Amino acid sequence: MSRSRQRWLGPVMLLPAIVYVLALVGVPFILAFFYAVGDVKVGSTAYHFVGLQNFRSVLENPTFRRALRNSFVFTIISQALVMVGGNILALTLKDAFRGRRLFRFLILLPWVAPVSIGSIGWKWILDSLYSVINWVLVSLHLVKPLDVPMWLGQPTLAMISVILVHTWHVLPFTTVILLAGWTSIPRDIPEAAAVDGAGYFRTLFQITLPMLLPIINVALLFGVIFTFTDMTVIYILTRGGPYDTTQVLPSLAFFTGILGSDLAEGAAISLFLVPLLGVVAWLMLRTAHRAEVT
Amino acid sequence: MALSRRGLRRLSRAVRWAVLVLFSIALSFPFYWMLITTFKRTTDLYNLKNNPFLFAERPTLEHLRLLFGETLFLRWLINTTLAGALVVLITLVLALPAAYALARLTGRWGERLGIGIFLTYLVPPTLLFIPLSRVVASLGLQDTIWSIVVVYPSFTIPFSTWLLMGFFKSIPPELEDAAMVDGLTRFQAFARLVVPISLSGILTVVIFTFTLVTQEFVYALTFISSAAHQTVGVGVPIYLVRGDVYYWGSLMAACVIASLPIGFLYNLFLDRFIAGFTFGSVK
Repeated sequence: MSRSRQRWLGPVMLLPAIVYVLALVGVPFILAFFYAVGDVKVGSTAYHFVGLQNFRSVLENPTFRRALRNSFVFTIISQALVMVGGNILALTLKDAFRGRRLFRFLILLPWVAPVSIGSIGWKWILDSLYSVINWVLVSLHLVKPLDVPMWLGQPTLAMISVILVHTWHVLPFTTVILLAGWTSIPRDIPEAAAVDGAGYFRTLFQITLPMLLPIINVALLFGVIFTFTDMTVIYILTRGGPYDTTQVLPSLAFFTGILGSDLAEGAAISLFLVPLLGVVAWLMLRTAHRAEVT
Repeated sequence: MALSRRGLRRLSRAVRWAVLVLFSIALSFPFYWMLITTFKRTTDLYNLKNNPFLFAERPTLEHLRLLFGETLFLRWLINTTLAGALVVLITLVLALPAAYALARLTGRWGERLGIGIFLTYLVPPTLLFIPLSRVVASLGLQDTIWSIVVVYPSFTIPFSTWLLMGFFKSIPPELEDAAMVDGLTRFQAFARLVVPISLSGILTVVIFTFTLVTQEFVYALTFISSAAHQTVGVGVPIYLVRGDVYYWGSLMAACVIASLPIGFLYNLFLDRFIAGFTFGSVK
């Protein structure tokens, strides 16, 4: 009797968590598809199947096409910056030295502070009138007092601003993940290579980096997810503006589906996130599987 | 002109310090800026002739007084703490048994299932918020703090289960075996032995869950529409702005209070979170 009770105990302890998560992740996930091929509106319970009509109207919308392009620009540029910066920082932080904990705390702040709060701090730093950056530029006579850059008011500058602020937010996360990788490499392996006559860069590119590859993968995959699917920085800094030039897929889905009350089209927009999420999940499974085998 | 070994080491140390100082200034500057803005008089803040890095007039506590006396800030702090505590509770009640089952009772397919649960953590709020806004409305929870209390565990449970599973696996199974020989059932062994000695793992989950609650923005913005029911993360950036007027002094004061304590707490438990994110593939 106790044996059969044993067999049931596992599933019984597991089930509540699985049901909870499925109800609030699985069900809405399926609902998103259901909405995207229907005509759901706020305040009405009617539902008619409309096929791919929402996707068609979304694709014909120039704002959507801009948002789609922006999403990739936003993700690729900020992740490239994060990867380079994260590796440099991890390299400088990997050995023990006095003050290491303090530096790690200062560097970590942008990640651990709520991102909406950090973004509003940047909004003040990039303010059109009282920007401290502009004050410095003016006092160094790099720009004229009446012709200062409008960091959030001009399309290209606004895009650069949101990319840099998001980079600022994710960089600490990537750094600490990479740091875990760098510190896990046994010291004697690069040292042995050096003794055998390999130079610094040869050791770096042929020995150290290949050993780091799995952890770089993990950092990159999380970074891509956190960037491609986030709208917080953009919502707070520019609200997608000026003239929708800094919209990305998630922010456009929010403005269309929640503020614009067009649930169907909003759902259709956010579904464009799914292909990339699928690829990332698949790569993540491969990485996890490898970690399990070794 | 070859550098001596000692010269080379000195040079590399100098480069490291230069890089570190530069990056830490760039990354922590906004927080320094929040702090200095908090104590500056409004006339000082808005005078372009003053050097913004220095106090041209005497520091003031006026912004803090305004923040606590005349805004909903305190209310948001209370809302966030309350929601955080409830989410932590729900998360622990569901994740602790699930993690134990995955670590000990379900064998090979449990591992697969564990990774599957972890992957749901990757499904972003921006994909689910539109259908969830309707689910929340049909449950009658819209515009209440309960909407986020119910929804947040959907992303805190997966990661917490994953962290706790790793933690339970590091406990020798002989511990429960011995207790079961002494007459405890498997569940009693879990509840009376394993949970108490896992206190540090549980504490990690508590901190992680709580910081996720304070950091979340999209769901709170979507589900809650009145200022009084908001959390700190949405209240400060959205509702402290009146019309188009930004009260930068009070706004930055709120930012300092909402970010630094959480940052400090998170920092203490950092290594554990990292082990979770890297699938334990590095130690």
